[in-house]
Amino acid sequence: MKKTENRQELNRNLAQMLKGGVIMDVTTPEQAKIAEAAGACAVMALERIPADIRAAGGVSRMSDPRMIKGIQEAVTIPVMAKCRIGHFAEAQILQAIDIDYIDESEVLSPADDVYHIDKTQFSVPFVCGAKNLGEALRRIAEGATMIRTKGEPGTGDVVQAVTHMRMMQSEIRRLVGMSEDELFEAAKQLQAPYDLVKYVHDNGRLPVVNFAAGGVATPADAALMMQLGAEGVFVGSGIFKSGNPAKRAAAIVQAVTNYQDAKRLAELSEDLGEAMVGINESEIQLLMAERGK
Amino acid sequence: MNIAVLALQGAFAEHRQMLQRMGVDSFEVRQASDWCRPKDGLIIPGGESTVQLKLLCDLDLLEPVREAIAGGLPVFGTCAGLILLAKQVEGEAHMRISTMDIVVRRNAYGRQSGSFFVKDRFAGKPIPMTFIRAPYIYKVGDGVEVLAEVGGKIVAAREGSQLVTAFHPELTSDATVHSYFMQLVKRAL
Repeated sequence: MKKTENRQELNRNLAQMLKGGVIMDVTTPEQAKIAEAAGACAVMALERIPADIRAAGGVSRMSDPRMIKGIQEAVTIPVMAKCRIGHFAEAQILQAIDIDYIDESEVLSPADDVYHIDKTQFSVPFVCGAKNLGEALRRIAEGATMIRTKGEPGTGDVVQAVTHMRMMQSEIRRLVGMSEDELFEAAKQLQAPYDLVKYVHDNGRLPVVNFAAGGVATPADAALMMQLGAEGVFVGSGIFKSGNPAKRAAAIVQAVTNYQDAKRLAELSEDLGEAMVGINESEIQLLMAERGK
Repeated sequence: MNIAVLALQGAFAEHRQMLQRMGVDSFEVRQASDWCRPKDGLIIPGGESTVQLKLLCDLDLLEPVREAIAGGLPVFGTCAGLILLAKQVEGEAHMRISTMDIVVRRNAYGRQSGSFFVKDRFAGKPIPMTFIRAPYIYKVGDGVEVLAEVGGKIVAAREGSQLVTAFHPELTSDATVHSYFMQLVKRAL
């Protein structure tokens, strides 16, 4: 057996397997089991969900590796974990405990004001947030093998995720419509490498899987993001900050599969109990989406 | 000919693209009403088997799918699809589709760090094989033909009109395995 190494490709492939699925934030092995039983295609292990990070303030860091290992042992689905933007040592630690995907995340306090992690130096895959096409392509150039909208984490308010997804889709459509000789200038304006700009022009999509994240709280939110072009969704605070996490999680999973079937979405939206309270973007002091560009 | 592709979660679009390149029609099965359409074969894609099983149950698809396969509908399962079709998964007692006489080890190569790409023989022909947090088959029943082994582990097999691979031919441009499946479909017509 002669294995050939192309980690970038293998890591993009894992994201392809997550498509049409829901990735859920969990803080304990018990929550991880609830998420898996409800149909999560992966879990994000973290000490505090974004809503609590927002409430607590202060500096927010990578989770305790022991807590992450507990979650790895509890489920068979992939386990992801977050490191701070630019904190390559946290990423090295997460790689050392054999994490399936690292989220270099604006939800945590950034460790570097200028540089993101050079993700090409790692064998572990990375997902990164983006507000627009330029950010997405810069992260992919740095080695990210999956992209998600930033949204506004921990708010239960989907408006930012919608804005970011619409922005990315409209910028993709604009590139597709350009003539070849316009792409060089487009790359300059997007502040992104020409070859990635050319890929988007030729294929009408990002070269990696693109999920929605940040503020998704209901089956309708999930269906909205899928109809806007997301290939799957992350649900953070929306599940375990709600009245009935197991039921809400299962409903969101079904909503992602049958996102165009409004009748079914109506059934799925019934009797879910209290949704997370939510705060609007205009009421919050800290815009996490502005971290890391 | 029309192939149903289970589209509950995972890499179903890649299978449909492969079929399209081969000039074969396909459609997505997302709920019971889709399943009622006439079909000559079924593909169960890679993804997370726990998610797909949960949705098969919630959407009342598990029994109809199992009955159709037991009744001879040709089926091709990749990775998660292989797990769903296996009669036995090591350490798990619950039922899945469970129509194929194989025993499977889940996440047999470990986590994502154990994912790999290799060129090896499928039914005698060298093809590219992508393994993503893959399972392998460690025991097959009498009626099961082994089609591929990598490093001494069984990674592709056939029982009647049921075909499974632990790897993902839909992620490459090589149509060998899909063509093999279409032969099974034609034979069953």
